[in-house]
Amino acid sequence: MNKIVYFTLLFLILLFLQVFVLNNILFLGYVNPYLYIAFVFLFPLNKNRFLFLLLAFLLGLGLDIFSDSGGIHAFAILFIAYVRLFFIKLYFRKYEADYPFFDIHTESFGKVFNYVVTLTIIHHFILFTFANFSFQNITNVVLNTLFSSVFTLVLYFIATFIFTKKQ
Amino acid sequence: MQQLIYFFQKFKYFLFFLLLQFIALAITFNNLSFQKSKFVNSANAISGGLYSQVANISDYFSLKSENKILLEENTHLRNLLELKNIVSLNKDSAIVDATLYFQKYTFLNADIIKNSYANAFNFLTINKGKKQGLQREMAVINSKGIIGITDNSTSNYTRVQSILNKNSSINARLKNNRYFGSLKWNGENYNVVQLIDIPRQAPIKVGDTIETGGRSAIFPEGILIGSVIKVNNTSTVNNSIDVKLFNDMSNLGPVYVIKNLHKLELETLENTNNE
Repeated sequence: MNKIVYFTLLFLILLFLQVFVLNNILFLGYVNPYLYIAFVFLFPLNKNRFLFLLLAFLLGLGLDIFSDSGGIHAFAILFIAYVRLFFIKLYFRKYEADYPFFDIHTESFGKVFNYVVTLTIIHHFILFTFANFSFQNITNVVLNTLFSSVFTLVLYFIATFIFTKKQ
Repeated sequence: MQQLIYFFQKFKYFLFFLLLQFIALAITFNNLSFQKSKFVNSANAISGGLYSQVANISDYFSLKSENKILLEENTHLRNLLELKNIVSLNKDSAIVDATLYFQKYTFLNADIIKNSYANAFNFLTINKGKKQGLQREMAVINSKGIIGITDNSTSNYTRVQSILNKNSSINARLKNNRYFGSLKWNGENYNVVQLIDIPRQAPIKVGDTIETGGRSAIFPEGILIGSVIKVNNTSTVNNSIDVKLFNDMSNLGPVYVIKNLHKLELETLENTNNE
């Protein structure tokens, strides 16, 4: 499939899935999955990062517009979009020359798991810290991060399992 | 100069990242101060339109319960009307007083198309806007109690700052006596809000009803809020009391928006006092 069409569709699907379905789950009153960060995991590595950073920012901003949360989603997703390369270097040992051949679906599950878990927890922690916006209720921030991360990760791995099996 | 260009070349992604993060932070801070967020909110044409499309469908699922609430409210209002008739019949002479006919509030109906209650700063979106005469700082209520204050209007949609928002502060009082305080939310339980700064000598019991105080230009007097569930007996600074809302904020449908026709008059009066 054409790459541009595929990632445009992915962008829109993740945005609307998050806004109209996942934001309304509120399991036990407050636990929500934030699956839209899958965009950061799935977007191909590129030497020129302007487009990727801009798209990640716009995805977060789009979500902020719909959920009236200021710019917290944009801040959190942009942060993991920027630090992504560092963790790719750390877990997969890929350098600039390897970027065009890198595909997250062909890597071993252990490495992908570490990579996705790290970025998800960083993202959720930033998100809930900003959503709380005070030094009170720190335990709530930590608990929210923990529960929502588990929820997001379960959904992400189920989704990748379903969508990559058919190859 | 050469070094400057080299610097930009080397750190171009980092600088771009910082720029975008700065924009995101600026939007976040703007959003937290009342009425400042002009662009990034769900009351714009695209998100408002999409939300109202989704609400069109999901409204059908709560049709039965909404009808029941409506019927209950109608019964309540009919009973009030009946009481009013008796009072006017008992008058032995007709008193014409022009100020009695002076209408102070006007009500508009609207539907909630987007609701949130799980964050620390919650906002709702309703499907009426400037075209229908909505402005900022108008009260939003339903038959069970208060919901919030309008914040930002576009031509067809309005964003409402929920009472479940850490920034909101509403004048409230006890129903059986006139001690008043302000209503805040600590961000924890979406069914429980806090009444603070109420005088220490006020006799408060668990189960007392709390209503709006009418000391602001936004809410009319006597709109129900909730009942007291916990009284703080220790002497703390702000004497906080837990109030359970009559409204279930997670399940809201049609609402009323109240416009105060005397608001301008009140505000000019208050401003001259300050000078």
